Amino acid sequence: MLLIQFLMLSAILFSIGVYGVLVRRNGVLVLMSIELILNAVNINLVAFGTASGPSGQVFALFVIAVAAAEVGVGLAMLLMIYRNRRSIDIDQLDELKG
Amino acid sequence: MWFLTHAWLIPALPALSFVLILLFGKKFLGPTRAHYIGIPFVLAAFVLSLLTAGAWVSRSNDHVDSEAAAMSGIDAKCSEIGAAAAKGPEALEASLAGEARTEVTAAEATTATESSTTESSTTESSTAESTSADTTKAASTKAEPAAAGKESTAAEEEHPTQPVVRCATWWQNDDSVFTIGTIIDGQSVMMLVVVTLISLLVHIFSTDYVKGDRRYTHYFGFLSLFTASMLFFVLSQSILQMIVGWELVGVCSFALIGHWWEEKPNSDAALKAFITNRVGDIGLLVGVIILFFQAGENFSVIDINTMANTGQIGHTYLLVASLCLIAAVMSKSGQFILHTWLPDAMAGPTPVSALIHAATMVVAGIYMVARLYPVFFHGLSISGSSVNFLAIVGSVTALFGALLAFVQKDIKKVLAYSTVSQLGFMVTALGVGAWTAALFHLLTHAFFKACLFLGAGSLSHACHHSFNMVDDMGGLRKVMPKTFKTFVIGTGALAGIFPLAGFWSKDEILAGTGGLNAANGTYTFALIMLLLAAFCTAAYMTRVIWYAFYGEYRGHGEPHESGARITVPLIILAVLGAIAGFANLPKSILGWELPHAISLKLEHLIEPVGVFFPGKDAGFTHAGFNFGLALLSLGIALAGGYLTYLFYWKRALKPLEGLAERNKLAGVGKKILVNKYYLDTLYTTIIVGAVKGPIAKATYWFNQNIIDGAVDGVGRNAVKAGQFVYDTIDQQVVDGAVNGAGTVAGNTGGGLRKIQTGHIQQYAALFFAAAALLAGVFVVVIG
Repeated sequence: MLLIQFLMLSAILFSIGVYGVLVRRNGVLVLMSIELILNAVNINLVAFGTASGPSGQVFALFVIAVAAAEVGVGLAMLLMIYRNRRSIDIDQLDELKG
Repeated sequence: MWFLTHAWLIPALPALSFVLILLFGKKFLGPTRAHYIGIPFVLAAFVLSLLTAGAWVSRSNDHVDSEAAAMSGIDAKCSEIGAAAAKGPEALEASLAGEARTEVTAAEATTATESSTTESSTTESSTAESTSADTTKAASTKAEPAAAGKESTAAEEEHPTQPVVRCATWWQNDDSVFTIGTIIDGQSVMMLVVVTLISLLVHIFSTDYVKGDRRYTHYFGFLSLFTASMLFFVLSQSILQMIVGWELVGVCSFALIGHWWEEKPNSDAALKAFITNRVGDIGLLVGVIILFFQAGENFSVIDINTMANTGQIGHTYLLVASLCLIAAVMSKSGQFILHTWLPDAMAGPTPVSALIHAATMVVAGIYMVARLYPVFFHGLSISGSSVNFLAIVGSVTALFGALLAFVQKDIKKVLAYSTVSQLGFMVTALGVGAWTAALFHLLTHAFFKACLFLGAGSLSHACHHSFNMVDDMGGLRKVMPKTFKTFVIGTGALAGIFPLAGFWSKDEILAGTGGLNAANGTYTFALIMLLLAAFCTAAYMTRVIWYAFYGEYRGHGEPHESGARITVPLIILAVLGAIAGFANLPKSILGWELPHAISLKLEHLIEPVGVFFPGKDAGFTHAGFNFGLALLSLGIALAGGYLTYLFYWKRALKPLEGLAERNKLAGVGKKILVNKYYLDTLYTTIIVGAVKGPIAKATYWFNQNIIDGAVDGVGRNAVKAGQFVYDTIDQQVVDGAVNGAGTVAGNTGGGLRKIQTGHIQQYAALFFAAAALLAGVFVVVIG
């Protein structure tokens, strides 16, 4: 069974995604890292789906659809940020500081 | 018989009149016609009193038929002992059989108690027991005169006329029943007639005298109430009822003396009368309480008298009770040292003075002593001594009151002091055991003193309402012939000139003192004082006649004779004052026996005979007519009058004129009299002054420093305790906890705030760290 390998791959991808989210200052790259995380989850779903029926794959398809929507919204937000500030460095977006 | 058992109507009528005048007097009759109600009601009361008196006279005359008399006499509900005593004569005939009979009833009652155990039967059994006990006592006291075997008089006394006692339950407290009711015997019947007659004449007199007064309605209302309360007092069946009547009389006198209260002296006089009477009322209350408890929690007059007479109340208790009651007599009947209110009471309208002095207020004390006579008779050992408190008070008052009358300018004050003096005569008579003489003098005095007072009112009516006989009167003999004649008759009666009323009654009192031989039971001191007082009486009354009727007129305007509504009462009273003395003619004068039909009528009619009155065996005696003494007193009175006549008319006693200015001793004497023995000074300056001055100050100091100090101390400590609680508990503990919670929350918030950087990646880092941590925990826990 190749499940472990899939899971390992997924974990690595997830970790890379998390790393990207936490470290990158460029908003586009943060979005991309989120995509990595989502895809790591997709791999997980599909991998487990081989064992327990098609529902995992269906779920993965949903995730891909939602991720596409998410990226659309995220890129739109980034575009607006860029228009307002001439920068997409998310370190500067600290207006919510308590 | 109907009149004897329905005597309650007599006080009820004037009381009703008072209520009617109060409610409708002014509204329906207008301010000048209140007497339209007052006079008919008092007239009705007078007629009823006369009918009652008639019924009593026929009862006394039929008293040989004692069966019927005893049957309907004393209501057993009112006085158990008295009712038992009333059966005396029957029990006398077969005392043993009677005892057995009552024992049988007692036994029956006890069996009834056992079977039914109702409360009524227990009281019944106790009644029966006391009946049996008292019948034997009554029998024993009755047995002695019978054994002595007296002649006709003794035979009469064996069938005494029983008083008619009726009562209703006033209120009930547990098993003690307090009754209110009427006693009809000779004494109360006499007072009923006197009070209603004088009141009626005063009413008629007043319609003219106070005509146009601003409180005419009020005046007649209180006259009615005054009459009603005196009648209520006179008829009292229990001593509790007596207190009520006594106080009602006091209240009415207060209202009437202060009738013209707009002027300060008048309202002061009213207050003085009321407050001085309060002093004596303490004595009355204490005396009544003693009698109540000593007579087995019983207020009934008949019972108390019976028990005092049969020795069921100890001598010491009787002595203390009678001394307390004498204090009440001293204030009410104006006896020396508490008489000071009486002359001041002249501030009221003159008819009221006549009413107070002749019939209603001041004789209440005399009547009370006469009513409870066994208490005084045994308490003060009247028959067995030559001196007692009652006789001393009376005789001192008789002389000292008469002396004061000499220095008065105000004609009413002369008469007031004369009343004080005459009341002293009555009290002395009671004190020396001359019971009938006291009431006889009360009767005659009521007539001639009312006549004199109303005469004085008539004089002042003519002289622009002045009573100052020295400065505003004089020479009125010719302009006011009717007033003059009636006044002279009244004066003669008061001075005791033969054959006017005062002669007979005063003489009976003098004879009652027992004469001049210094044996036990003869009151020589009292006799001497009374003779001196009789001398003074004649002298000061002659002085009044000089100032008022002779010489030149010294007042303003033209005096005129008063109208018929004033003179007719005067004439009636003068006639009565002249002939009332024949009501009790002595039995024999110098060995010449008067017919039984006309002698000692009053004594036979009013003097109670029975276990509730001291009998012959207790030492109660009747002094016969003492010809020497009568001659002596008449001579003394004539001498007093004649000396005054010489002094004023003839100017024959030149050395005496202006004596007070020349002789130091006489000057001091006059000064003392003018200042009324300094009694008013003693009361107002020393006693009241001490209360108002030093004692009030001391009380104030005590109040400020001790009582207020204690209160303030408590307050201050409370403030301190409160401060402590505020400082430590509230501020530190409670507020500390609340503030601490706030601070902790604030600090926590401040700490957590630092996490809130606004950097989204930092949030994400925390999120993932936490997620990883939770995942780790999850793995560890699940795994």
